[in-house]
Amino acid sequence: MSDLSRKTGTSKTMKVIIYVVCVILSVLSIMPFLIMFINATRSTSEIEQHAISLFSKNPIGNIVKNWGVLTGKDFHPATGFLNSALVSIGTTGLAVYFSSLTAYALTAYEWKLRNAFFSFIMGVMMIPAQVTMIGFYQMIYKVHMTNHLLVLILPAIASPMMVFFMRQYLQAALSMEIVQSARIDGAGEFRIFNQIVLPLMKPAIATQAIFTFVSSWNNLFTPLVLLTDKEKYTLPIMISLLRGDIYKTEYGSVYLGLSLTVLPLIVVYVILSKYIVEGVSLGGVKS
Amino acid sequence: MKSRKLVNYAKYGYIFSIPFALTFLIFSLYPILYTIIIGFTDLKGLGRTDIHFETDDIFVNFKSVLSNKIFRTALGNTFLIWIVNFIPQIGLALLLTAWFTDRRTKIKGQGLFKVLFYMPNIITAATVAILFNSLFGYPKGPVNDLLSRLGMTKTAINFLVSKSNARAIVAFIQFWMWYGYTMVMLISGVIGINPEIFEAAELDGASKTQTFFRVTLPCIRTILLFVLVTSLIGGLNMFDVPQLFLLGGPNNGTITTSIFIYKQAFSGSYQYNNAAAASLIMFVIIMFFSAILFVILRDKDEDKMRKLKRQQMRSEMRNKIAGGN
Repeated sequence: MSDLSRKTGTSKTMKVIIYVVCVILSVLSIMPFLIMFINATRSTSEIEQHAISLFSKNPIGNIVKNWGVLTGKDFHPATGFLNSALVSIGTTGLAVYFSSLTAYALTAYEWKLRNAFFSFIMGVMMIPAQVTMIGFYQMIYKVHMTNHLLVLILPAIASPMMVFFMRQYLQAALSMEIVQSARIDGAGEFRIFNQIVLPLMKPAIATQAIFTFVSSWNNLFTPLVLLTDKEKYTLPIMISLLRGDIYKTEYGSVYLGLSLTVLPLIVVYVILSKYIVEGVSLGGVKS
Repeated sequence: MKSRKLVNYAKYGYIFSIPFALTFLIFSLYPILYTIIIGFTDLKGLGRTDIHFETDDIFVNFKSVLSNKIFRTALGNTFLIWIVNFIPQIGLALLLTAWFTDRRTKIKGQGLFKVLFYMPNIITAATVAILFNSLFGYPKGPVNDLLSRLGMTKTAINFLVSKSNARAIVAFIQFWMWYGYTMVMLISGVIGINPEIFEAAELDGASKTQTFFRVTLPCIRTILLFVLVTSLIGGLNMFDVPQLFLLGGPNNGTITTSIFIYKQAFSGSYQYNNAAAASLIMFVIIMFFSAILFVILRDKDEDKMRKLKRQQMRSEMRNKIAGGN
């Protein structure tokens, strides 16, 4: 075996090339964020002298100063955080629960329209929010619900893509014998779903929840169209304010604002990275 | 027991599907139909909601959008930026997949590399766009600072005034955010391949390159197609990065169809009718590609069964031959 691997294995130079490429790509992933975090601790005049530097003379003082400039001009990270958290948690909860329920309906029961319904879900899976936005906006505007966070949350009940993946998972994980024996014990269908099927789906729910949460947290388009009230702004809209002219020369504050929005994501990512990277493939194509 | 068997469970299939169906009707189907209707009306101006059809020429909005120079630019940009980002993205992802899944050479630190390569994907695209805008700042942005410190440039470069540079940077951001995702998907596909196939290839004396092109690639065909089509559909909706990077500029150099629709409807003249017509044109294009995805996913299970049978037959054949020898 060792002979074989020596014959056909990768040569030393090839191995060096592989590691060099991987290290370069890693640096490329980290560098922009590193520059951002460091510059958040530097004053605008320091950044203007040299935009890349390892240290700042007075990091704490600069952060305080940058923070003052930042919040003095319409940028309220706390409001953005709170609204984004509300929307993302609501969206995730509804999407996960109702997608599981729909997937269960498609897996556990024999009903006439089942196959038609599933084909329909697959057909509309890829319809993006952008192409229906005009009608969506007009509808919401007519019933005076723009600026209500609820209209960002409720549509999550119908998440075709997630139903598709939950069904894939259930088909492999659900044994109808458990359901049957629960029925004999006198449990109602709804209770069976809540107390037996849902716990069974935990692994699928975990990965789907992470990705729904992240994509809802990062969503810019829909809130940008619907929300005009500054009190209701989600974080991505808050971030987009940093693009405005009032921050044009306030480099330190812009970097600080961006850092504040990235920091929690990176912390969560570092903690959950193993599950997230594994989950990509689970959520994508189950093989 | 017998009476229980008569319980009609089918109705629960319907009951449990009601929340989904109802929500879909209200928040997806109705907006789609509404968008279609608006596409044939003269609805413009903030605050108007009345429906008044274009009676002289019912297709006037579609004609005006299709002959609109900015829309054509946007459509061209959208495809161009997608292609320029996707080709290197899939290329690099395949290369990394080949390296990371090589059974004969274990790359140490793989887990860490994967985590780092995937990281840009979970960061808010809005943040990434503004961050890159700052990084390429003129004349004192970090990229210019780095280039001048390394002695590569004498005077600062104003990257963001040139259309082609701006497009290239947007394509690079997309590439940078998505190659890690594509890699993880492809790796999961390779891991799903039956190891016996690789063993057989190894025994047959196939080289690494041969194994990759003749065995690995054909086996992950479905996932490759899935990645291609989902990336294309996502690319056709590109909004956050080009919008916040340069607001579609300079001089519409990075405007995409989503930005065009957004600008038509929600800024300036509030031309909902034209925006709806543009949305529907995009809708048709996206539905076309979705149909392809539909076919890919529907045949997946059947494909797998067929593949399994083929594998079995092959290994049986091999056994027979081996036995014969």
